[in-house]
Amino acid sequence: MSDIRIRARIETVQPLADPNEATNAPMPAVSAVPAVDEPLYPKLERRAGGRIVGGVAGGIADHLDVDVFKVRVGFALLASLAGAGIVAYGLLWIFTPQGTDTERPDTSERRRAIGLAVIGLAVAASLSWLVSGTAASVVTPFLVVAIGAALVWREFDVDGSRSVLGLPRRPTVLTWARILGGVTLIVTGLGVVVLAQIDLDALRSSLLAVVVTLVGAGLLTVPLWLRLWRALGEERAARIRNEEREEIASHLHDSVLQTLALIQKQADSPQEVTRLARGQERELRRWLFGGGETAHTSLSEALQTIAGEVEDQHGVTVRPVTVGDVELAAEGGEGKGLSRECFTALLGATRESLVNAAKHSGVSSIDLYAETERDQVSVFVRDRGVGFDPDTVPEDRQGLAKSIRARIERRGGRVEVRSTVGKGTEVRIHMPRPVSDDDAEDVANEAEPMS
Amino acid sequence: MTFTASPQTAPDKFRVFLVDDHAVFRAGVRAELGREVDMEVVGEAGGVAEAIAGINALRPQVVLLDVHMPDGGGVGVLHGIDSGPVCLALSVSDAAEDVIAVIRAGARGYVTKTISGAELADGVRRVAGGDAVFSPRLAGFVLDSFTGRSNAPEPPLDPELDSLTPRELEVLRLLARGYTYREIAEELVISVKTVETHASNVLRKTQQSNRNALTRWAHRRRID
Repeated sequence: MSDIRIRARIETVQPLADPNEATNAPMPAVSAVPAVDEPLYPKLERRAGGRIVGGVAGGIADHLDVDVFKVRVGFALLASLAGAGIVAYGLLWIFTPQGTDTERPDTSERRRAIGLAVIGLAVAASLSWLVSGTAASVVTPFLVVAIGAALVWREFDVDGSRSVLGLPRRPTVLTWARILGGVTLIVTGLGVVVLAQIDLDALRSSLLAVVVTLVGAGLLTVPLWLRLWRALGEERAARIRNEEREEIASHLHDSVLQTLALIQKQADSPQEVTRLARGQERELRRWLFGGGETAHTSLSEALQTIAGEVEDQHGVTVRPVTVGDVELAAEGGEGKGLSRECFTALLGATRESLVNAAKHSGVSSIDLYAETERDQVSVFVRDRGVGFDPDTVPEDRQGLAKSIRARIERRGGRVEVRSTVGKGTEVRIHMPRPVSDDDAEDVANEAEPMS
Repeated sequence: MTFTASPQTAPDKFRVFLVDDHAVFRAGVRAELGREVDMEVVGEAGGVAEAIAGINALRPQVVLLDVHMPDGGGVGVLHGIDSGPVCLALSVSDAAEDVIAVIRAGARGYVTKTISGAELADGVRRVAGGDAVFSPRLAGFVLDSFTGRSNAPEPPLDPELDSLTPRELEVLRLLARGYTYREIAEELVISVKTVETHASNVLRKTQQSNRNALTRWAHRRRID
């Protein structure tokens, strides 16, 4: 089956390929003819996990399928040409997107790469010294700035969650140290270039001027920064909203739209349409208001589920109303919850009563009411159907009533069945519940206003 | 979506105003109530502002009010209209806080949209006559908020207003079990009139009580 699919794909994608060849040897055909969606060279991406400085050399090596060491040697050699390699590296760093690889480089590779980088920088500096003093006075500060920039960029270039500024969410001391070091290098390098020669007096006043200018520029552009900050926040909020919208849309698509399609198909069967609509309504309600996956540990959720199942199986409408709730007690625990035996008995008896009403009452709507009180749990199943005379019950129905009754009484509860011919039937189930200490206190406290 | 005024209304008919943002649903209710001889839909609106203007202009007896609408919902309408018309909330919403919020804002009852036309007409007659209309679901919510315990400490409770009498609890339980007023009267061997009084008292307490479970819901709703 999968072979046939692959062949079909080859034939449609590569109409020039010989179909016979494909039929005889599908696998070689695939590798011999490069698929359209896989280009000759992989996309140029910087290495993310496997980077030493910016992952540029590694990315180029992956892109051209050559040894990464040769690429690095190339950059080092280019760097000696008045720093051309360094400029090229920086530009590639800026304009190449980051990849998604995670594999870290091993120690020897790291050592060799750092060594090459140092050699490249040193060669660039020393060659410029050899050529002339003027060249050196430009290239050396430039190198210092480049190293500083690399240090800072590297910190902003990490994977994982970021703060608004683009730094890692939890910056370490090392991160701050690198950024500070980088900034110092950049400022020093630029200062040296600008001042051309180091004159201590001039340096001091110039630095002061630089600082004052920076502060002034910062103050003047405060509104701009604020606006930028707000725009960032707004954009983030919009993105979150959009994601939520998409989640809701996909949920509606999976549930409501499918059901609507089904309803259109079943339009001539009212019963089926009702069943589908009720089922969908329940599902949607659970999604909108529900407590998620705890369906089987809470009595009210379990009853809602049972009501839904009976609706689906018997094409009736069950209107469940629950007051209070009780959890299924932890395994072997004495706590507040209802023991597993009582819980199952209660659910089983309720289902039996609902099914009974659905089958025999002759009406299509059943009321289900459950209330959890401090000392007992009560469930009422009521229909307004034909009813019956309890004294002249047919044998099979008596059996069912007995099965409900026996189940509950075995767990210490009691069951009443009230029925009047023509008016309907109500099954009342009461199950005692262990009273814990603080519950008993509450009874004492709240008894006063009630009396 | 404009409200339509019909000036000549027979004096013995209940004048009903529909508020719901779904035109299809309004048309359905209009058709169903149209089958009842004593009902007349005098106007309808699809938004809160439109509804307030329409209700204050037409002065209907009963307003059928959707709980959920895009611009403020039933609570917004209840806060905006002049006193006079009584409101019956009509919704598919299952969330207790929404339902309790419209009741506390002044609605005289709450029924779900799956109700049959005849039952709806019955509810309209009942609220027009000054009674409360409790669907089993509303009865369940009210019971829950009067019997349940909240984590926050209760404010000093007024015993008259903040707790239900045993008889009121009994009536409320039967309502939650799906009993009609007449069936409750038979069950408790009291008159239908007494059942109606109990139900009205429960409604009044629901609207005025300071119990946490009730104020919390209304409060949360108002913040939205």
